[in-house]
Amino acid sequence: MTAAALALPRRRVSLPRVVKSEWIKFWSVRSTLITLGVAVLLLVGVGMLASSLYGTPEQSGPPGNEPTDPVSASLTGTNFTLLAFGTLGVLVMAGEYSTGMIRSSMAAVPRRLPVLWAKAAVFTAVVFAVALAASAVAFTAGQAVIEDGASWSDPGVARAVVGTAFLLTGSGLLGMGLGALLRSTPGAITTLFGVMFLLAMVAALLIPDSWSDVVRYLPSEAGDAFTAVTPQEGALSPGAGLAVFCGYIAAVLGGAAWRVKRTDV
Amino acid sequence: MIEVHELTKRYGDTTAVDGLTFTVEPGVVTGFLGPNGSGKSTTMRMVLGLDRPTSGTATVNGRPYAEHPDPMFQAGALLDAKAVHTGRTAYHHLLALAATTGVPRSRVDEVIDLVGLHQVARKRVGGFSLGMGQRLGIASALLADPEVVILDEPTNGLDPEGVLWIRNLMRDLADRGRTVFVSSHLMSEMALTAEHLIVIGRGRLIADVSVGEFIESAADESVRVRSPHANALHDLVAGPGTTVLSVDRGLFEVTGLSAEEIGDRAAAAGLALHELTVVRPSLEEAFMELTRDAVEYQSATIGASR
Repeated sequence: MTAAALALPRRRVSLPRVVKSEWIKFWSVRSTLITLGVAVLLLVGVGMLASSLYGTPEQSGPPGNEPTDPVSASLTGTNFTLLAFGTLGVLVMAGEYSTGMIRSSMAAVPRRLPVLWAKAAVFTAVVFAVALAASAVAFTAGQAVIEDGASWSDPGVARAVVGTAFLLTGSGLLGMGLGALLRSTPGAITTLFGVMFLLAMVAALLIPDSWSDVVRYLPSEAGDAFTAVTPQEGALSPGAGLAVFCGYIAAVLGGAAWRVKRTDV
Repeated sequence: MIEVHELTKRYGDTTAVDGLTFTVEPGVVTGFLGPNGSGKSTTMRMVLGLDRPTSGTATVNGRPYAEHPDPMFQAGALLDAKAVHTGRTAYHHLLALAATTGVPRSRVDEVIDLVGLHQVARKRVGGFSLGMGQRLGIASALLADPEVVILDEPTNGLDPEGVLWIRNLMRDLADRGRTVFVSSHLMSEMALTAEHLIVIGRGRLIADVSVGEFIESAADESVRVRSPHANALHDLVAGPGTTVLSVDRGLFEVTGLSAEEIGDRAAAAGLALHELTVVRPSLEEAFMELTRDAVEYQSATIGASR
């Protein structure tokens, strides 16, 4: 019945093969294209809207966070886009647990960790490329409608645009790590957005002034440090912000690796 | 070959698998039998490295499954039909699994044909019936044509044609020297398929026997006799070593004599027989007898006083 299979070449599991498998998985669910599309629309669309209002009396942005320079005006959509990429990161990992797919994945690759690393690699490559293109388009289109807009050669501009793509990709990776740690889509999404949007606000309210230094080390604030053209007062330097942000990603993915390797599926 | 040695799995206070030791040999279909909740699935998951044993070992072809460089060629498993992302098509599900170990695309098409899913292969799995999901799980188990095939309740949700197909598939695999390890809670199904049985209850080994031995040990054979001359026949067959049990008017059951013997005696006496049937012990009854003390969830008999 399966006689033809006798000719099957006996090949080993290898990281490149697992990457190929994760690439197939990534593109074969609808949520991928939908979230990527929504992310691009949000970054470019919200950026265009904010740019067209920039310098007018109706100028607006997230409450308390109105753009103060043309670059951040064109990248106003970052926080909304972060929702989309963060959700995608969570779905890529927690989706395996919620559907039961994880048991098939781990039976195919019983050493387990290659699955996590391959997922992270595919996610990083695709999302960084999409995020970089989208933030470049958002910046270029935004500056075109702003009078006296910034140009790529202005100091800090290239860093802010690339940094935005990095922040978006990194947030998605945080979501992926949380998805593996919590094994629940709603749990991981709530945690990610709580950390990225609410934690700094809550901390600023609750932490005594003498401790306020702590706030700038929070993931969202560290992210702001390398995405802003003009650093805010008291913020980390762009390099330090990037290092701290990468530290969070490493810690969460490290925890995820431990959980993936150790726990029954 | 699967070798399980002193395998134990505890979840807090509950012991799901309790010191199991057995070997599943290649070339035969081995049935893994036990009531619901007896630890069959947990044992199978530990063999595949999905669950970590509390103690003991489980190996596939001489090594823990996870330590093989080519695990999918060593063992393929259907553990539950829901181990699939519902948003993906059957084709892409199999393609992604195949890619991890370099199984070519042509083999994916082959297993899709083999399990009869070609018409729905490009549809998302979320819309599949239980039977279709079961077939997809079998397709992924056979993807790399593994030496060991592990199937957990494969006939769940299948129609009679599907059940027959699975039975033939398992026999075919065993004939080609594969190790086939299949769980079920239905003795009757195993009697038709398996040659060897491993019976567990409450996580413990109850029996590790061939199906033939199991049936023999189960209960004595009896012969049902129907005749208008029941009384005369009764005297002919009665004697030391035989038991005669009257069932109804003109109908009785004899234990301790073969059907041939009874038929010959009746013919010699010139008595007409209307029925002469060998009654084999019900396997289901034998199985229930064997596992009665080990049933996790026993339903109370309606009206029974406690």
